[in-house]
Amino acid sequence: MLIFAVLALLVFSLALDLGGTVARTATPGVLWTTVAFSGTLGLSRSLAREQRNGCIDGLLLAPVDRSAIFFGKAIGNVLFMGVVEIVLLPLASALFNVSLLQGGVLVVLALGTLGYAAVGTLLAAMAVNTRAQEVMLPILLLPLAIPALIAAVQATGALLEGGTLAQVGGWVRLLVVYDLLIVAVAMLTFGYVVEE
Amino acid sequence: MGKVGGGVMRKAGRDVWGLALVGLSGVAVFTALGMVFLYAPREATMGDVQRIFYFHVASAWVGFFAFCVTFVASVAYLARGARRWDMLALSSVEIGLAFIAMAVISGSLWARPVWGTYWTWEPRLTISAVQLLIYAAYGMLRASVESAEQKARFAAVYGIVAFVTVPLSWFAIRWWRTIHPDVLTGGPGMAITPPMVHTLLAALAAFTLLYATLLRQRVRLERAADTLARLRLQVASEE
Repeated sequence: MLIFAVLALLVFSLALDLGGTVARTATPGVLWTTVAFSGTLGLSRSLAREQRNGCIDGLLLAPVDRSAIFFGKAIGNVLFMGVVEIVLLPLASALFNVSLLQGGVLVVLALGTLGYAAVGTLLAAMAVNTRAQEVMLPILLLPLAIPALIAAVQATGALLEGGTLAQVGGWVRLLVVYDLLIVAVAMLTFGYVVEE
Repeated sequence: MGKVGGGVMRKAGRDVWGLALVGLSGVAVFTALGMVFLYAPREATMGDVQRIFYFHVASAWVGFFAFCVTFVASVAYLARGARRWDMLALSSVEIGLAFIAMAVISGSLWARPVWGTYWTWEPRLTISAVQLLIYAAYGMLRASVESAEQKARFAAVYGIVAFVTVPLSWFAIRWWRTIHPDVLTGGPGMAITPPMVHTLLAALAAFTLLYATLLRQRVRLERAADTLARLRLQVASEE
């Protein structure tokens, strides 16, 4: 996942060959595309691993609520994606000559990652039980992640143009609403997904 | 196969409500079509091309309504676990996909002479395209799960999560860019007269009836498929 993300970023940088203001407008899109695609890889793997040795059955036997398992998996995925992002940010800053390491961008990144990982965890739990497996997850996930991706790209873009977090408040609020709704729905429905 | 098919056919003959619905929606669609071409006036700036608008709005409405029905049916399926809710959800998605595709295509045909381009990332067009993708994925999900019970459960969860994201996508795309004529609130873009309103309402009613008819037939088809599968199993176990 990490290697893939770094490679994707390098390929984007080579393919687009940008500099100056053009680089600044393209960076949010490149960053979020990389995060989204490498995210699907990590999410598939995280649930497939539980499936392989019947670990998920062990987890289901544990005397805890099903939503606890969901939160465990989702938090794990957020952390993994976070680690990848910690590497991506300075790398993208260097490659595109922009300063991504600012407080506002980190907030947007955290909120976007949270929503993406939450809905991704729920859908990955389904995708590992289908015939298509890894192919299925992006098909299910990307159309549902569109609001989060648009909001995150727009907010990141405005921050890079010198805006403050207060100026992108609308997008940040949209991300927060997305996160809350998705986490609530996922919490309620995860039990039905893992049910035997 | 022949015997089972015959049974279903005989049942269809007695389905008075179903036949009445087919007749009603047929009459309604032709009435609406007549109104679109004969009753509604020619729009001043856009000309005859504007007549697409009535069926375009009606099919977009049915598409959105169908996905709404899927959402409700999905919640009901998870709560009750009855197969008929799953049938309703699945049938509604398929019909909704057809109508939303019609809305996207008729929208592009209209946009070409009026906006000068077939496609633009305009909110309402984009949200229709997003819905098209989401519910196409719904179909793919169903196709790639083996067990019937698991298929229904996964589809219901996806139907719920998907529907929750649609309004958020709508807001996101709307803030992002907007040039769609604000027809209903009478904003700039299109002057709407009473005959136009009547025609639009007739088109909406006709398409909603058509949706109900198709939904009923699609659910019957699914039920017939279930019966067929059950009979096949029965025959196989008797042999």
